[in-house]
Amino acid sequence: MFDLLTFIPRAVMQSIPLLFGSTGETLTEKSGNLNLGIPGIMYVGGIGGVIGAFLYEQSAAGQMHALPAILFPMLGCLLGSALMGLLYCFLTVTLRANQNVTGLAMTTFGVGFGNFFGGSLIKLTGADVPSISLTATSSFFRTTLPFAKTTGAIGQLFFSYGFLAYLAIALALLASYVLGHTRVGLHLRAVGENPATADAAGISIAKYKYAATVIGSMIAGLGGLYYVMDYANGVWSNNGFGDRGWLAIALVIFTIWRPNVGILSSILFGGLYILYLFLPSANLAMKELYKMLPYVVTIIVLVMTSMRNKREDQPPESLGLSYFREER
Amino acid sequence: MEIEKNISHPDEGKTPAVKMRNITKAFGTVLANDRVWLDIYRGEILALLGENGSGKTTLMNMLSGIYFPDEGEISIDGKPVVISSPKDAFAHGIGMIHQHFKLVDVLTAAENIVLGLSGRLNLNEARKKIREICDTYGFDVDPDQKIYNMSVSQKQTVEIVKVLYRGADILILDEPTAVLAPQETEQLFAVLRNMRDAGKAVVIITHKMHEVEALSDRVAILNKGRFVGDMLTKNTNAQEMTNMMVGHAVSLNIRRPEPVNPKNRVVVEGLTVKSPDGILKLDDVSFTARSGEILGIAGISGCGQKELLEAIAGLQKTEKGTIGYIEDDGSREELLGKDPLEIASMGVTLSFVPEDRLGMGLVANMDLTDNMMLRSFRKGRSIFTDRKSPRKLAQHVVEELEVVTPSVSTPVRRLSGGNVQKVLVGREIASAPTVLLTAYAVRGLDINSSYAIYDLVTQQKQKGVAVVFVGEDLDVLLELCDRILVLCGGKVSGLVEHPTPQDKNRIGLMMTKVGG
Amino acid sequence: MKQKLFHLSKRKELPWYAAWAIRGVAILLALVVCGVVTTAMTGEDPIAIYKTMWAGAFGTSRRIWNTLQYLALLLCVSLAVTPAFRMKFWNVGGEGQVLMGGLATAACMILLGDKLPNWLLIPIMIVSALLAGAIWGGIPAFFKAKWNTNETLFTLMMNYVATQLVAYYVIVWEVPKGSGKIGIINQNSHAGWLPTIAGQKYLLTILVVAILTGLLYIYLNWSKQGYEISVVGESVRTARYVGIKVDRVIIRTMLLSGALCGLAGLLLVGGSDHTITVNTAGGRGFTAVMVSWMAKFNPIGMIFTSLLLVFLGRGSSEISSKFQLNDSFGDILTGIILFFIIGCEFFISYKISLHRASRKEDK
Repeated sequence: MFDLLTFIPRAVMQSIPLLFGSTGETLTEKSGNLNLGIPGIMYVGGIGGVIGAFLYEQSAAGQMHALPAILFPMLGCLLGSALMGLLYCFLTVTLRANQNVTGLAMTTFGVGFGNFFGGSLIKLTGADVPSISLTATSSFFRTTLPFAKTTGAIGQLFFSYGFLAYLAIALALLASYVLGHTRVGLHLRAVGENPATADAAGISIAKYKYAATVIGSMIAGLGGLYYVMDYANGVWSNNGFGDRGWLAIALVIFTIWRPNVGILSSILFGGLYILYLFLPSANLAMKELYKMLPYVVTIIVLVMTSMRNKREDQPPESLGLSYFREER
Repeated sequence: MEIEKNISHPDEGKTPAVKMRNITKAFGTVLANDRVWLDIYRGEILALLGENGSGKTTLMNMLSGIYFPDEGEISIDGKPVVISSPKDAFAHGIGMIHQHFKLVDVLTAAENIVLGLSGRLNLNEARKKIREICDTYGFDVDPDQKIYNMSVSQKQTVEIVKVLYRGADILILDEPTAVLAPQETEQLFAVLRNMRDAGKAVVIITHKMHEVEALSDRVAILNKGRFVGDMLTKNTNAQEMTNMMVGHAVSLNIRRPEPVNPKNRVVVEGLTVKSPDGILKLDDVSFTARSGEILGIAGISGCGQKELLEAIAGLQKTEKGTIGYIEDDGSREELLGKDPLEIASMGVTLSFVPEDRLGMGLVANMDLTDNMMLRSFRKGRSIFTDRKSPRKLAQHVVEELEVVTPSVSTPVRRLSGGNVQKVLVGREIASAPTVLLTAYAVRGLDINSSYAIYDLVTQQKQKGVAVVFVGEDLDVLLELCDRILVLCGGKVSGLVEHPTPQDKNRIGLMMTKVGG
Repeated sequence: MKQKLFHLSKRKELPWYAAWAIRGVAILLALVVCGVVTTAMTGEDPIAIYKTMWAGAFGTSRRIWNTLQYLALLLCVSLAVTPAFRMKFWNVGGEGQVLMGGLATAACMILLGDKLPNWLLIPIMIVSALLAGAIWGGIPAFFKAKWNTNETLFTLMMNYVATQLVAYYVIVWEVPKGSGKIGIINQNSHAGWLPTIAGQKYLLTILVVAILTGLLYIYLNWSKQGYEISVVGESVRTARYVGIKVDRVIIRTMLLSGALCGLAGLLLVGGSDHTITVNTAGGRGFTAVMVSWMAKFNPIGMIFTSLLLVFLGRGSSEISSKFQLNDSFGDILTGIILFFIIGCEFFISYKISLHRASRKEDK
């Protein structure tokens, strides 16, 4: 029997890193930057959080308080991913480097950075397992709303998550609102679509690209943080985050650049990721095919939108291109 | 001073909204504006008239902050001002609608109109204000329509509303009718009249005589970067304006041998072409190009010259018509609907010197040899390219046409404009064509290079090639061509046989008016 | 009025030696930064670190063979993606195309290994690997040519479809059951193992890639198709003007690009690994993008850029084991070097000049 009541919360927990990642990447892509460094940035965000938590756990020595236990990892995560975003912008916007090459280099660097520091911390703790466990910090991140346990099915479906999950949804909604209903969002869309026109209208291209990419990177970084601190119970293991960063990029395309659509879509992707666990007939091999589904449907969406050629559904027109105004 | 006396002073008591004095602007060695004077008044529509390259757009770009003048003064309402950016121009109430619209396609009209402004985004407010502007002047804009769903004329309306929304009361429109259908032109004119009546100053850049007559209150004329004069439209007529616009015929001494035994080579009948926007670019065009002759195509820019040549070369989608190629033995082959490769495989050697030399005719980053190869690389059955003969050809072209280049392995983007054109023309005539199409072959070239190109074209004609020469300088067409076909708005407006310098004004009129 | 301090303009041309000098300085700076980072991590002096790296890559003849084999495989994938890049088709799907080539190879070895003799099996493996890679590259190209579907995103997604496909078959073919691994295929019969030359396991791969480098250099620079690729990459309008069928060139070139990736998969599975996992491609499809780009899409130049990256990888894995750092240290060093190389291109293509106060006389 298909146990929907267990399936959905697990799908949601799978979906949150993807949602952070795709919200961040959507903002970035709306500015015309195709940041293929997102997978690396999410690793850096995760390890930044681990380092923050590690330092606090070491210094607090058992006397941990909720606020710093959450703030330190948050700061570490945001700082790390913001620096990555800055680096990407410096190379692609200021130095006008090729975005694909820069992004891939950032992913190499970011994944390496995460695994290296993860590995080093593991060695520091002298553990004999290849992972680092920050369960104390994690418990703060995993704290659910008080009435989650008492409200039965409703509580299990809607209230059983750590605060970062709600933050992901709030950020996605906020990003949608900013993009669709504010002047900043309007200008950002113009920058990604047609930088020459935006420039002529007096909008600073570099400023918007930097801001969108750095903020986008920070949001994506939170996905890494959620994964370690909530989903993985504070256990960092190297390469544990897997290919979720790429899945987040797929999600951007699947939602045709709409963060609010990302909320349900990411749950769909998350569900496909763990569907095999819930299908009695499915064997281990089938599970791998189910994991393929998100990518396949993304390709179908990509192809369909290009065939229908509806303008709203296309990637931002200047995606992947650097802008250079030849000065007079 | 000679220029000063040409300024008319229709209303001595009135201060001009804009006063431009001694404006000079040079691009490299080319003087685009030479000590130009211009007055613009409120409550008046001024037509700025002149041929292509006479400096009209450059002059207005200096008013709208795109360029900064090398010399001269600008004053607004009597006060001297410095305009160094489009923002400065807006601050002085100047708004310009460029030929190439600056709009973001996926945004709505309202979003485009408020783009770049500051403050909280309130699209409802914006919609209201847009409706008000529309009601005042008689526009028809749906604020929520996406730009990509709009026709060219609707996009233009959005641009005008955008300028008005920002409070401009001096409006400059750069050839606004070039992209419009006749009824749309009428609508635009009605709106412009409304704006004039509301006390705004309107400048329209044009080279169409009937528009000047129909719309403007005053006309100012530029010729080759110089201010020729201005006058009230009601005090002048098309003949006088044309004379001022084209100037006196200049003797250029271009060699024009008599055609030897001309035979029909390319017969075009009823050719009709629409642009992707659905605008009629060529309307039922028929003519014949004969071997051993140069057929000149005259017309103001954007009148279908590009589409005409590209249709013959197999690069343009067409609606209707036929293009026949007549062999020496009189047999006829249809060229329409064939791509360049198919045309070549029929044994028709058709050469084409396109307007966009580095974007279409040549590959800027490749060297001379590789560019020579563009036409010939398919020759032979080997899977490898033969670079020997292209290199020889490149060396030959360099020697024959005196191309200045360090070597034949220099990328063509590093050559000067004249040398680039020599390389392109050299390649195109190397294949011993029977038809040679050229578009603006001397644009941007200095005098010496221009004459070198005229000579080359004439040599081709003497070899029996049917040459179609699209040009913009009437003086040159008159001396170079054996016949001149005049296009106006995509239609043939006349054909002049054996043109002489005396035909200049007649052709000038045909260019601006069908049947004029 | 706001005045900018400096002025940027595109350079017309920089003499080749100046361009290489800039790149050289960038690499040098990068090595210094890497040295500092490594010293900070290990406390060793940087010279010793670079000595260790050198020893790791070239210290013994076995290491040299290993390095050469890594070089050959990375170079192979880099060569494969290059024709597409010359056409400005951003094929970031090398990873998937390699995997598909490897998967086809493994399928032949597993399914036909005990049915066919090697002289027949190996040609079948070659054909199916090339075909599988070509199909994987050809699909995005078809949609690009027909509907202008974004090729970067499409090829990127195809990587993960391929990964999951491999993951699926790994479980279908796993040996022993439940291990989640295929293990060495045909360990006893060696059926479908590419032959060793002169007793050297990797020599065949190295030779094949060396020949491929030469062939691809010739193809890109001297063949008619290579010329068409360059013209399409430089200007689609010019290509149409001279009658080149742009759609056909896009599809044809991506079939080639994919097929060569398939060849890399064949060499990996049939030549060196004799097994397949989801990590068989090992990120080479992505690294290849950088190798090819750094070498300005020149096959000969790629020998050096891929050598640089392989050297860093091998060298830093030696550092990691000697100083007990973890394996990922190499990725950090590679990243730093790449950032410097990527950044320095700016100084090659743009000129920075201090702004002369040309508008001062405005008043």
